[in-house]
Amino acid sequence: MTFTIKLTGVIVTVLLVMGTVLAFKKTSAYQHGYPGTAMDLVQSDAELAQKLKANTVPAALPQVPAGGPLAVDTYQNVQVLGHLSVAEFGRTMAALTTWVSPQQGCAYCHNVANMASDEVYAKVVARRMLQMTMHINQDWQQHVKGTGVTCYTCHRGNPVPAYVWFNGPSNDPSARPMMQGRGVQNAAAKDVGLASLPSNAFETFLAGNTSIRVQGNAPLPSEANNRHSIKQTEWTYGLMMHMSNSLGVNCTYCHNTRSMGEWETSPPQRTTAWYGIRMVRDLNNQYLTPLTDVFPAYRKGPHGDAPKLNCATCHNNAYKPLLGVSMLKDYTVLAEAKPQPAKTPVEPPPAEGAAPTEGAAPTPAPDAPAPAPAQ
Amino acid sequence: MAQYWNIFTQLQVASPPHDNPATDDPIPYRTKFKTLSKLIGWFGNAQLGPIYLGPLGIASIATGLIAFEVIGLNMWASVGWSVKEFIRQLPWLALEPPAPSNGLKFPPLAEGGWWLVAGFFLTVSILLWWLRTYRRAKALGMGTHLAWAFAAAIWLYLVLGFFRPLLMGSWGEAVPFGIFPHLDWTAALSIRYGNLFYNPFHALSIVFLYGSTLLFAMHGATVLALSHLGGEREIGQIVDRGTAAERGGLFWRWTMGFNATFESIHRWAWWFAVLCPLTGGIGILLTGTAVDNWYLWAVKHDFAPQYPAAYQILPDPAKLPENARFEVQP
Repeated sequence: MTFTIKLTGVIVTVLLVMGTVLAFKKTSAYQHGYPGTAMDLVQSDAELAQKLKANTVPAALPQVPAGGPLAVDTYQNVQVLGHLSVAEFGRTMAALTTWVSPQQGCAYCHNVANMASDEVYAKVVARRMLQMTMHINQDWQQHVKGTGVTCYTCHRGNPVPAYVWFNGPSNDPSARPMMQGRGVQNAAAKDVGLASLPSNAFETFLAGNTSIRVQGNAPLPSEANNRHSIKQTEWTYGLMMHMSNSLGVNCTYCHNTRSMGEWETSPPQRTTAWYGIRMVRDLNNQYLTPLTDVFPAYRKGPHGDAPKLNCATCHNNAYKPLLGVSMLKDYTVLAEAKPQPAKTPVEPPPAEGAAPTEGAAPTPAPDAPAPAPAQ
Repeated sequence: MAQYWNIFTQLQVASPPHDNPATDDPIPYRTKFKTLSKLIGWFGNAQLGPIYLGPLGIASIATGLIAFEVIGLNMWASVGWSVKEFIRQLPWLALEPPAPSNGLKFPPLAEGGWWLVAGFFLTVSILLWWLRTYRRAKALGMGTHLAWAFAAAIWLYLVLGFFRPLLMGSWGEAVPFGIFPHLDWTAALSIRYGNLFYNPFHALSIVFLYGSTLLFAMHGATVLALSHLGGEREIGQIVDRGTAAERGGLFWRWTMGFNATFESIHRWAWWFAVLCPLTGGIGILLTGTAVDNWYLWAVKHDFAPQYPAAYQILPDPAKLPENARFEVQP
């Protein structure tokens, strides 16, 4: 009897020790603050290896010689890339296909019988997303710096990026008369690291512009005049968990956690993130939400809203998307929006109204310069 | 030697279970049920029952059950009355206090009213149970140390869910009922009020919490180490020389210079345990009412050290004039 108990004890102990040892992942810590202040970036080695593999940049398509006829003169209904040469235009379209719809090919966006037609919703979306990419690279350098983004940053070979979000469930009390609903928190939500924090902080902070800051700037309540509640803090906390998850970093990447709110002791990454939040808000409100009526029902959320983006959409769990490798340098046409040149008149000019009915001709910009060669 | 390293009671003496001594209370409040259990004898006294319930105990269990049901049914309702989801998501489910905009008003049941109902019945239940510990101690001619130690815990509970929300003017400041939700609330409280680690009363509370575990381990280890000399018969040994108790005292005098007695060690332990929620409650009560940002408060009073910057310090982008276009809603 005693022997059996002892033997069982030994076996259980050995199993527990083995389980404990095996359950822990080997981690590496990178110290980026003053020594002894625990300003460490802790990462699992196995996950890091996975991340390196997952963030491999595809080989750039070969460059094409400059010059040649312009896309605007060659094709119908080219509204954003009309200033490119036909060769550069073709290269960009080919790159887009490998980035967004490698399996589905051109037909994902185009009616292949009439490439100029806008009848496939995906083409209208793609055009707007091209403009969005240019807008990011041109106007949001405070966040994307010189690295910039391409379609691949988010899409990674998928027609819909892996991480998009929709408006969350509404708290409908009529469904459960008299009882408290769950609202948008107290569920095991992946977006907040499986905490019970509010999980659709996106609607509030990444579409709406509610204040994220909850801490006061003075020691005493009489000086701070800070009426933010603990409940509101949980919303901010939810957003921060999302950011932490999306970038695969812990709090100390952006915050000196002894004082989350203080800028005077925060790492510079916090400033980059600050602009990132404003960028995402801008993109959701100016680009994604206005496309709501373009998306078919099966692409929309349960509340009929368009798919929207958050930090994870680009970052894909890496501290910098694609670990900071710039694809933009190989596709400089995406760096900025160019004024669209007018169609070069051909001799003899076509009769008025002879333009093909499918797909409107590009609207000439009021001050369209002479067609510039593609950069 | 190994025979002294026991997890379970080694020797159980079996005798017919006996009735508890008579007190001034009317006997019918004690259950008739009494038995011996070898299983519970491994951990403590082998006799199970009779248990004394009395009006206070019954009222406490009844109100506690009401609170338990209100919390549980609201959690169940929040997953659409699905049994499977209720079990699966139980650690995440909660009964949340009203929104801060309700202030101290009684909101509709579905919007935090149930939280107030549950809180009321739970508080009544706890206070009745406190009275019961007090009265049972008196009935046995004991001191009321247990009741007052329990009162220290109740102080912290009332500060978190009643006194502090009253002072802040909003039930929304109180703790939700729920396993993970109350933990997330704790973290959010610390974040909102500028890091509770700079709250000196929080620090004191931690000292007494960890101190309690240390004292408990020291005392338990000492008594177990003396058990083969009869060391567990503490009280009888206090006054005599050459006892197991004296060896235990000698051990600590040799190793750390001075020692508790078998009487004083229990005073140490009691005060450490009681001071943990007592100081913690003071710290919570001051949070938001007297201090809004504990870190800045610590800076002001020179006990948060400043370290040299190890990275580039950038200005707050929200304060840059060119970023005024990002003005946010409050």
